[in-house]
Amino acid sequence: MPGAIYAEGLVKTFGDVRALDGVDLDVPEGTVLGLLGPNGAGKTTAVRVLTTLIRPDSGRAVVAGTDVLEHPDEVRRSIGLSGQFAAVDEYLTGRENLRMVGRLYQMRAGAAKARADELLERFHLADAADRQARTYSGGMRRRLDLAAALVASPPVMFMDEPTTGLDPRNRQELWGVVEELVAGGTTLLLTTQYLEEADRLAHDICVVDHGRVIARGTSDQLKDRTGGERVEVVVHEPEMIDDARDVLARYGVAGAGRGEVSVEEHTRKLTVPVTGGAKLLAEVIRDLDAVGAEIDDIGLRRPTLDDVFISLTGHAADRVEEEGEREPAAGGRKNRKEAVK
Amino acid sequence: MTTVPGPADGLTAPRPRGGIVRSVNDSLVIARRNLIRMSRIPEMVVFGLIQPIMFVVLFSYVFGGSMQIGDSTSPTVYREFLMAGIFAQTVTFATAGAGAGIADDMHKGLIDRFRSLPMARGAVLTGRTLADLVQTTLTLVVLTVVALLVGWRIHEGVPKALGAFVLLLLLGYAFSWIGALIGLSVRTPEAATSGGLIWLFPVTFISNAFVDSDNLPSWLQPVAEWNPFSATVQACRVLFGNPGVSTSDAWPMQHPVWASLLWSVLIITVFRTLSVRKYRSATA
Repeated sequence: MPGAIYAEGLVKTFGDVRALDGVDLDVPEGTVLGLLGPNGAGKTTAVRVLTTLIRPDSGRAVVAGTDVLEHPDEVRRSIGLSGQFAAVDEYLTGRENLRMVGRLYQMRAGAAKARADELLERFHLADAADRQARTYSGGMRRRLDLAAALVASPPVMFMDEPTTGLDPRNRQELWGVVEELVAGGTTLLLTTQYLEEADRLAHDICVVDHGRVIARGTSDQLKDRTGGERVEVVVHEPEMIDDARDVLARYGVAGAGRGEVSVEEHTRKLTVPVTGGAKLLAEVIRDLDAVGAEIDDIGLRRPTLDDVFISLTGHAADRVEEEGEREPAAGGRKNRKEAVK
Repeated sequence: MTTVPGPADGLTAPRPRGGIVRSVNDSLVIARRNLIRMSRIPEMVVFGLIQPIMFVVLFSYVFGGSMQIGDSTSPTVYREFLMAGIFAQTVTFATAGAGAGIADDMHKGLIDRFRSLPMARGAVLTGRTLADLVQTTLTLVVLTVVALLVGWRIHEGVPKALGAFVLLLLLGYAFSWIGALIGLSVRTPEAATSGGLIWLFPVTFISNAFVDSDNLPSWLQPVAEWNPFSATVQACRVLFGNPGVSTSDAWPMQHPVWASLLWSVLIITVFRTLSVRKYRSATA
């Protein structure tokens, strides 16, 4: 029995760009899948295929038990979509936006009104409900967009980079909302560039690059593959590098000795993979002090998206293609001959 | 921790609806949305009013004295002749509004939102064109007052005059579907605005709108006479009883009311079909 979101061999090309190059996904009901990857990896294209916005060149997708290509309109009844561009009408008030979306989900006027009030309250927008959305802050707009996606209480939700561009406080708040949704049984597919976000929210993570899933697993499994945490030390004088290296080698995770410690001579920075977390730092500081190595900076570095990419692909995440998926420079709109029923 | 509210007492369950009922309802929801937007950006409506008024004043008083309509060179006759042309040109400017509005919706991601909803496919475009029709009506009312002030009159009675206004609104509605297709085909609202206007100038000038088409070079005359826009202008002159009705043998000039109706219906049919098809595959 396929999951609430299921995809098999999705391929989508825009001109010369293979935005999706054989993507398989399976998201069990009530769980969260994080699609993790840099800009242009194919995350947005995957979401657009699964939400009926574009047709794939080949492959199959089933959402909420319905074939996406054969019955797109039925799929639309069961999904909510919240995008990275906060698609709300800026000249309508928050309340008007939500009522309009409710009506377009084919609710009666009264029900759409009640649901709008309910969501405005829930998303702390009640005070701003009768202000035009263009007066909202970025965080408020994003909350309104998410509320719009939830109007019909869809069993399956898609969130495309929900926190990109949000400040930490708003990001935290949005994460809280997502956790509640999932606790309520919603199945969620979320795309993100942040490992931390996938770590916090997703049960399973698919790492995508150049239209392919290059790794999948839980966040712990992925972190193991990326080498986990490192301690990073910057010593005060170049002469201290050698002593510091001896100290750090003792804490290295693989027990490979001095070879495991990487050194950048010109910045006087030493890095070593470790396990044991923050309490290890105190010991490292004490030992460095004991050998007389004065330090300018020390910290525990968690694996980042770049680390995941370097370890999985051998190259850094390619961030050059800003919005590459939305508007491919080569080929362009002419080549997008999709026709969705 | 509070929980995300579920459906309100089961009221939110989508109710099944037939295709036509859904189409009409969704179109009205979108039309309402666009009218609210227009009311919140009043400067756009005001500019839409100033432009035709400016044309009336410029044409009446700058060109008025040097134009020959039939046998007359009187500025008064020209002003009466001119108004049908200005009315028709004004309604075609709805093209630019529809185009820019739809391009803006694409650009902002709203079309993606709408396309992910279980709504009728053509409703986003129909709603927009209906809202433009309301705006066009408003513009025509104001312009009629201005026309009366500069000396334009109706001579064939109110029912025929109302018939002329219906033809004008139908023409404007037809042209807003051309605008919809332009809006879906360009990348930015700015491009839609200029793309929606540029081609209107030859269409509205190579016609009987501002000059007597009998005075055009002979190779241009058939173009002007078969121009869909000319049929409506001719029909309005006939129905208003204004001077300068073309005596050409061309079928649209002999049967301007029918020609105007047929052209508008044809444009709506063709451009609505193309636009809705384009909308289905539209990507931001």
